[in-house]
Amino acid sequence: MVAIKGKPKVIVLRAAGTNCNEETAFAFEHAGAATEQVHINSLVNGEKKLRDYHILAVPGGFTYGDDVGSGKILANELKYKLAADLGKFVGAGKLIIGICNGFQVLVKAGLLPGKGAGGEVLEATLATNDTARYEDRWVYLRMAKSPNMESQNRCVWTRGLDEVIYIPAAHGEGKFVPKDKDVLGKLWANGQVVFRYVDPRGKLAGFPWNPNGSVDNIAGVCDMTGRILGLMPHPERHLFSTQHPRWTRGEAQREGDGARIFRNGVKSV
Amino acid sequence: MLWRIEINGKNGTPDPGIRKDIEDLGIKGVGSVETAQLYIIGGDIGRVEVKRISEELLSDPVTQRYSFSRVPAGGKGAAPGIKTGKKAVVEVTYNAGVMDPVEESVRKGILDLGIVGVDTVKTAKKYTISGKVAEKDLKTISEKLLFNKVIQHVVAGRGSYTAKNPPKYHFNLITIILLDASDRDLERISREGQLFLDLTEMRHIKDYYMKLGRNPTDIELETIAQTWSEHCAHKTFRGLITYEAGGKKRRFNNLLKETIAKATAELNKPWCVSVFKDNAGVIRFDEKYNICFKAETHNHPSAIEPYGGANTGLGGVIRDPLGTGLGAKPILNTDIFCFGEPDYPFSRLPKGALHPKRVMKGVVAGVRDYGNKMGIPTVNGAVLFDNRYIGNPLVYCGNVGLMPKEKSFKEVPKDGDLVVVVGGRTGRDGIHGATFSSGELTSESEQVSAQAVQIGNPIEEKKMADCILKARDMDLYDAITDCGAGGLSSAVGELGENTGVRVDLSEVPLKYDGLTYTEIWISEAQERMVLSVPKEKAKRLLEVFAKEDVEATVIGEFTRTRKLELFYGREKVCDMKMEFLHGGNPKVVRKAKWKAPKYAEPRFACPKDLTPSLLGLLSNWNICSKEWIIRQYDHEVQGGSVVKPLVGVCNDGPSDAAVAIPVLGSKRGVVVSNGINPRYGDIDPYWMAASNIDEALRQITAVGGELEQVAILDNFCWGDTDQAPQLGSLVRASLGCYDASKAFGTPFISGKDSLHNEYIVGNRRVSIPGTLLISAISVTGDVTKCITMDFKEAGSLIYIVGGTFNELGGSYYFGLNGVTGNSVPTVDLKRARSVMEKLSAAIRARLVSACHDCSEGGIGVAAAEMAFAGGLGAEISLSEVPYGQKYPPSGGRRNDHILFSESNTRFIVEVSKENRAEFEKSMKGAVIGLIGRVIDSGDFAVYGLDGKVAVRTDIAEMKEAWQGPLRW
Repeated sequence: MVAIKGKPKVIVLRAAGTNCNEETAFAFEHAGAATEQVHINSLVNGEKKLRDYHILAVPGGFTYGDDVGSGKILANELKYKLAADLGKFVGAGKLIIGICNGFQVLVKAGLLPGKGAGGEVLEATLATNDTARYEDRWVYLRMAKSPNMESQNRCVWTRGLDEVIYIPAAHGEGKFVPKDKDVLGKLWANGQVVFRYVDPRGKLAGFPWNPNGSVDNIAGVCDMTGRILGLMPHPERHLFSTQHPRWTRGEAQREGDGARIFRNGVKSV
Repeated sequence: MLWRIEINGKNGTPDPGIRKDIEDLGIKGVGSVETAQLYIIGGDIGRVEVKRISEELLSDPVTQRYSFSRVPAGGKGAAPGIKTGKKAVVEVTYNAGVMDPVEESVRKGILDLGIVGVDTVKTAKKYTISGKVAEKDLKTISEKLLFNKVIQHVVAGRGSYTAKNPPKYHFNLITIILLDASDRDLERISREGQLFLDLTEMRHIKDYYMKLGRNPTDIELETIAQTWSEHCAHKTFRGLITYEAGGKKRRFNNLLKETIAKATAELNKPWCVSVFKDNAGVIRFDEKYNICFKAETHNHPSAIEPYGGANTGLGGVIRDPLGTGLGAKPILNTDIFCFGEPDYPFSRLPKGALHPKRVMKGVVAGVRDYGNKMGIPTVNGAVLFDNRYIGNPLVYCGNVGLMPKEKSFKEVPKDGDLVVVVGGRTGRDGIHGATFSSGELTSESEQVSAQAVQIGNPIEEKKMADCILKARDMDLYDAITDCGAGGLSSAVGELGENTGVRVDLSEVPLKYDGLTYTEIWISEAQERMVLSVPKEKAKRLLEVFAKEDVEATVIGEFTRTRKLELFYGREKVCDMKMEFLHGGNPKVVRKAKWKAPKYAEPRFACPKDLTPSLLGLLSNWNICSKEWIIRQYDHEVQGGSVVKPLVGVCNDGPSDAAVAIPVLGSKRGVVVSNGINPRYGDIDPYWMAASNIDEALRQITAVGGELEQVAILDNFCWGDTDQAPQLGSLVRASLGCYDASKAFGTPFISGKDSLHNEYIVGNRRVSIPGTLLISAISVTGDVTKCITMDFKEAGSLIYIVGGTFNELGGSYYFGLNGVTGNSVPTVDLKRARSVMEKLSAAIRARLVSACHDCSEGGIGVAAAEMAFAGGLGAEISLSEVPYGQKYPPSGGRRNDHILFSESNTRFIVEVSKENRAEFEKSMKGAVIGLIGRVIDSGDFAVYGLDGKVAVRTDIAEMKEAWQGPLRW
């Protein structure tokens, strides 16, 4: 682990069409980190170095318009232009979080779900919502429990979170689809499934509770190390009580459910 | 080599929406509709490269499969256009010259793979329709649903796939023979050139050039036409008007200055930072920041290409705050649309008009894609339906920006400062947009004005905005404005108005060859802005943009000549005095006449059971839930959302004003609302204007906003104001704006007008109803004191605040019964503000649990919405409603009139039992009535004046009635 003087440093990656970078940076600063919003071009041309940071955050947005498939073009840039640096970053046990478009990027770049126990590639994707349209709605997420694991899942970002959290989702391509049953089985066995969409009572349910038709209601996954997390809903949009859709009904807590995730990340550096 | 790559879902890619739309067309027998994405890639690449592109870039390995083939050179039938048979196939692609943002992304993606040699990228969509479809029906389906000929066509042979390189442009100076022109010639020149200049103006220009002793060049005449267009010069609002009403005459030298802007000047609020000057009005936000607000319309483009029209409409209004002062960060959108009714019969559609449902779907998608992709939350809006909008829908888009205080003003460009154009490239798109929007739409508009329509590229604008704000904070430029209507012509002309400017048009980066110097100058290609940059800062500025792949190009410099000088290379093509361009347009006296219309009064008795009326109102297109639209907008990006558009126990009740925090971590917020009631304008535009302002302020009050600092925008969409009665109603609305603005103490800070909203088919003119949108923004110190409209707790008390009168003229209840009436709701201008202030204070003292603006459908609809949004029932007694007669009584007090009157300045309020005394005390001096209570069961009952049940239903039934119509 890298020695840290002062606050852990978070690089919030930007590219053409990234648009949740400011609130994602705010969420990390709120959690005690120092952040820098860096354009992908600055990493590619070497002006900025990935190795100078402890956490990589790939925020939401519509990178390159999601034109050939959500997140695809930025994913390819990471894959073809920054593979070595990223490999070292991950190898050093540093943390990565991808939210919404950032999740799509990490999945399409092959960082999530990543490789299985035997080094085999676990393929998955985020496909067009079953409703075939973009939707903004709040979702309940339950911590996924893996049958073979003593605790919940292996993700370091979610330790100590409430059993069920409430944050908003806003996307058109968020349906999590593993390549096949084998991959799905491994995700479960490995403890890589982190969040599942549930209804207000915490039970698995269909639309609208599962807003996009994700397989097994999967809303977020991590890699085998538990240090790379990707999820479709937006934890950075629920840091304060006033962001809760029913705060005027007295339903919100003082701190929003998303804040803990960023604190965990900062603490785990 | 030309390759065609087809991407399909592994399990198909069905589109049930189109299938449903086909059924709506009345065509039966369609099984399913499958779509496939096509990419046509040309260049020096072989099978290996195409396979990599297909596999690693264009398809998803988990869910999609791809296939590719070479497109054979030449020959007929090389590519299928429409194929019938067991499965019909239709392939649709963009017309040459239409912007397709995907092309650019694909090119980049291919380069990222390390593949060079690709020259052209084109995309197309393939629809496979199974089932028995006759060729005639297939043609109908294609034209009505699958493509819009304004921007797309059905693939016909290889030609559709190859973008022909337009021929290179060879300079040729064109002069227009004006000096010897007769009046008929002048009219012909204006018409054929799509200049939309009238004879007086043409004569005036001729006289000017007579004095100069030369003919104008084409670009000079075009520049005059753009600058003098209604769209840019607002010659009606700023022109001379003689107004006649009730036998009295009044003359206006400048309607805007003598009504709307006059109110602002007289109110003289210290928090107004910049009004009616810049691209948006600016007010103070806090110690560090100001906010600016602007709303605009994009009606004509949306009529002929709804997606592109609305898309670029929003894109355009976002550039207003971005071009205000030294640039504001766009922080929220608010959008209001007016359409024909979605179930209007296809058979009755006027020739050339698109079906309202298609217009609506296209407009919503266009606004959705632009706003969402820019990462700007769409926090609220409204949708109105009236069949007079069928040929001419209205698409209002509004945007709020946030800027540091010290960045709120531009500097006057200095001699030698550089003219820099940033953002997208210039193409032939959007030629004549400014003049096009200043004329009427006809059934031929889609053909003759197709060039005026464009598709936006939100990612280009987002990139550009990111760089602009960065350069702003580095202090690298002195002035900025957006390229909107009129393109460079307006933007450069505006910035150089008081100095002089010299531009070399051959320096402007182009999308493709072949543009003439005039086309470059007036093109309305989107996503461009113009900066004035001191020479010594130019290098650093260009670097900021280059780093993030945004083009920035020096195209000229500001001078001290007070002239507009344009060159193409070394050739001078324009040499004009700014004075003539910006002040030379002749003042025309326009006649305005106002005469109150007389409508038949209703003659029906009050029904005993008002349940069907209430359910009918809840199902009215205008009142019913707009959740289908709202959820497609990201209303929470940027993280500032406080009061969302959908609220209540199930997050699905209709909110009043939106509340958002622009600076995260602070409690200071903005409150945004809208008021729009064209039905009242049918009776009296004066009271429509006053009602709209009342409504916008009511919404702010209802969420607990404060009235101390509310700024408003006007947005007039009218029919042909060259007709005296149309102009008369416009004047009358403006007078209403003045009086209400003064009475409420809320200044106008900016506005816009669109004055030729008519649709002409043959000899028949259909005018839209005169439609005024009032958009309001308020600053609140502490958002945690805000509330929402959903009932919170069984047992609490329901009050009405404000008096109810027999004001049902133009109401939805009268509409439900097929009448308009004359008893239009008025506003008690002396007392309205104080009622709202009292209520706002009570809410902020936390004495109120829920509050809802009482508007369309009156008490009945407002109370019903509060009940089902809160998941609680209610009992209401009409005999407790403070009621009076403003108009001659027609049958005395009636249950239906009390329940559905749309009197202004009213609210339904929920107060807990504990707060009863405190609440009543704080409302002292205002008319209030304790009219009922919230109950635990889902029952909803209204008791009439006689104490008998007038409405009995429950929240499930009401909610279903309300949600059903637009549950698409």
